[in-house]
Amino acid sequence: MSGTILPSSKLNAGIPSGPLEQKWDRHRFELKLVNPANKRKFEILVVGTGLAGSSAAAALAELGYNVKVFCIQDSPRRAHSIAAQGGINAAKNYPNDGDSVWRLFYDTIKGGDYRSREANVYRLAQVSAAIIDHCVALGVPFAREYGGTLANRSFGGAQVSRTFYARGQTGQQLLLGAYSALMRQVAEGRVRIFPRREMLELVVIDGCSRGIVCRNLVTGKLESYAGHAVLLATGGYGNVFYLSTNAAACNVTAAWRAHKKGAFFANPCFTQIHPTCIPVSGDYQSKLTLMSESLRNDGRVWVPKTKGDRRPPEQIPEGERDYFLERKYPSFGNLVPRDVASRNAKQAADEGRGVGATGLAVYLDFADAIKRVGKKTIQEKYGNLFEMYHHITDEDPYRSPMRIYPAVHYTMGGLWVDYDLMTNLPGLFCLGEANFSDHGANRLGASALMQGLADGFFIIPYTLGGYLASSPLGAADTVHPAFQEAESAARERIEKLVSVRGRRTPADFHRELGGLLWDRCGMSRNEAGLREALRRIPEIREEFWKNVMVPGSGDEFNQALERAGRVADYLEFSELLVRDALERKESCGGHFREESQTPENEALRDDANFCHVAAWEFTGVGESPVLHKEPLQFEAVHLSQRSYK
Amino acid sequence: MNLTLRVWRQKDSSSPGRMVAYEAGGVSPDMSFLEMLDTVNEALIRKGEDPIAFDHDCREGICGMCSLVINGQAHGPERNSTVCQLHMRHFKDGDTITIEPWRARAFPVVKDLVIDRSSFDRIMQKGGYVSVPTGSAPDGNCLLVPKGRSEAAMDAAACIGCGACVAACPNASATLFVAAKISHLALLPQGGPERERRAASMTRAMQEEGFGHCTHEAECEAACPKGIKLSNIARMNREFLRASLLSRE
Repeated sequence: MSGTILPSSKLNAGIPSGPLEQKWDRHRFELKLVNPANKRKFEILVVGTGLAGSSAAAALAELGYNVKVFCIQDSPRRAHSIAAQGGINAAKNYPNDGDSVWRLFYDTIKGGDYRSREANVYRLAQVSAAIIDHCVALGVPFAREYGGTLANRSFGGAQVSRTFYARGQTGQQLLLGAYSALMRQVAEGRVRIFPRREMLELVVIDGCSRGIVCRNLVTGKLESYAGHAVLLATGGYGNVFYLSTNAAACNVTAAWRAHKKGAFFANPCFTQIHPTCIPVSGDYQSKLTLMSESLRNDGRVWVPKTKGDRRPPEQIPEGERDYFLERKYPSFGNLVPRDVASRNAKQAADEGRGVGATGLAVYLDFADAIKRVGKKTIQEKYGNLFEMYHHITDEDPYRSPMRIYPAVHYTMGGLWVDYDLMTNLPGLFCLGEANFSDHGANRLGASALMQGLADGFFIIPYTLGGYLASSPLGAADTVHPAFQEAESAARERIEKLVSVRGRRTPADFHRELGGLLWDRCGMSRNEAGLREALRRIPEIREEFWKNVMVPGSGDEFNQALERAGRVADYLEFSELLVRDALERKESCGGHFREESQTPENEALRDDANFCHVAAWEFTGVGESPVLHKEPLQFEAVHLSQRSYK
Repeated sequence: MNLTLRVWRQKDSSSPGRMVAYEAGGVSPDMSFLEMLDTVNEALIRKGEDPIAFDHDCREGICGMCSLVINGQAHGPERNSTVCQLHMRHFKDGDTITIEPWRARAFPVVKDLVIDRSSFDRIMQKGGYVSVPTGSAPDGNCLLVPKGRSEAAMDAAACIGCGACVAACPNASATLFVAAKISHLALLPQGGPERERRAASMTRAMQEEGFGHCTHEAECEAACPKGIKLSNIARMNREFLRASLLSRE
């Protein structure tokens, strides 16, 4: 059932020796350098143009590499990093409130519930300050104090103010910054952009990753591109749940295709459910909209004390409200990490104290904050979020509390990478949300933007050079038979999808799969439910291939075909996600196994048996994958039960 | 609600297009406009017919991908809203709704309601950036930016690059888009060193891409989902004049 478990001989994380503080410096010195005159001879393929992909492509082009960039949208500027709202963390300690590289490192390890690598996280904290400096220089209009210095705010899971922000549009402004750096390199002639392309195959030659096959989404033609290295910066797989805060085009296809070619997939069950999203309103719903977690700085979360209290919020007196986060976690209050906030909201709804028409919501109330600092200040901080909420719900959050509920938001799991961000397939690197490395079992707010830009601007420019300088790679050419094989495989799958001509739409299968995952492998998970999901997924998959309807052909602009291809991959990938959740019998971070909880219903880790990264090797669709374990060693941090009380 | 849709259908960039009528039944007022189109497309797919192609992605009004002209208005009747944030509660049972793509020479139709906006990327390549190599930046607080100035830069930087300004303009001018970027960087000290070069080359690129001239119709401001102000165009004109006077190239 759980697959073969092998010792971790195939996994070498390549963590440098020496004290934690010196590992990255030492490693940078030890990595071989590529001669500046030789860099232009290397062809680098970057798939995805979010923060990680854009920044990597720009930084590598600045060094002199030849870079080709592929994105699924019509422009690199549309990647879903753009939707990140709240901010980006950095250990600048500008507010003089006790922050340091060490504290950011410690908070991230603890927030991730001790399931991430110490060395990677420490490096992330180390480079965080340089990210802010660089983004300021690029013209990112961060919020300022009256004296002209950069402003900070606090964010979930932290007791210091280390989050930099640009209103509620930090992701947009950072992505446009990285995009502008990328555009400069296009103008310099060192980057070529390939928009409206979807990667369908990874090409592996002599064990090394040497190219990709994409579908041109406008013409439908399959195109092969060869290079010396492939960088996947293709984001997370939250859309496997159908409803999530992800954009429609976010998908697992590129990562899954790489997995099927041999790249290990790590910790797929670590998915993050974000506590502050606008609740579901009907079956037609295509996505869930996030309300930035920064709102929890000023908003107070509450539900009525009594079950089934249907009065409008204004009519519920103070004494009959339960500010459950402040009550249960007096020291962190409304700022507990996302997993804790989400589970508590679910618990309130399960107890029948949820609010709104469906009862699947809790209040996020700004009345006290508006009284304290005035409407204008709240407007300055969150204006666009309040507007967005108003647009969607037709309710004014300045007058009545927001209704919020948890929704799938981010995926901590991803392709396994070593310290150099390289997968177990030489020459295949994975950056940003698509990899697994830094957030353990739960990501802290404002850390995704930090990781994407750290990977792209400040890590891959060094580690990629180390790989290229020490690997004897000949020139790659798409005439190699491996490219023809990959193209045929992609073509065959497309032909198969358009020839079923059944009765159900791709979205319909997606909805069914997503509903199953949300019920059985969502905010809380148990063995019986997971086994049920493992039984159902192959049945849905089988029906999909017999009964899906994709009109038209593969040789044209065909959005139904694009969707069908992604759903087909979800139907394979989801099985791995559930299997990983079943195998990990402990609770940690966003992965809550009902069998493993403390008497106060908090997640109970099992460090004796599960203090490892679960890296899965593909063996065939419907076959048991092989589990490789990378033990996590903690030298600097003492493992303890998280407490936010 | 039950609605009649009149939708622009066009097979590809080289084929002629036409309006086609569709019935949309059982529409809930809480649906977004795109969710309403999703249900129409689901029904078409079930019948084995070609669904209506349209661009969309984040569905929360920030990626700039969605781009529909609804009853003659770019992004529809709601002010300060993208199509994805437009809800069906703004329509009535029995309404006939006309849906077209952005129309501009510089935005050729790819299929149905999908257009090619790569001209915007090419304009950005002509100076919509600060030339700073990774790793060379000084400490973030070395550059002090007055709060008001930073807020004004942010107002301009909020542009999502959707192209509604072009679609709404009788001349299909991209002036508001270009002005927003020039303003954003002209307002910040970081943009200073390349200020003149940027103003000159981005405005030239806009003309070369086939966008029209600005004749101060102000339709762009009314259509902009992010409330980018016309005053950015005044600033761009000043920047352009400044560049013409100061440029030694």
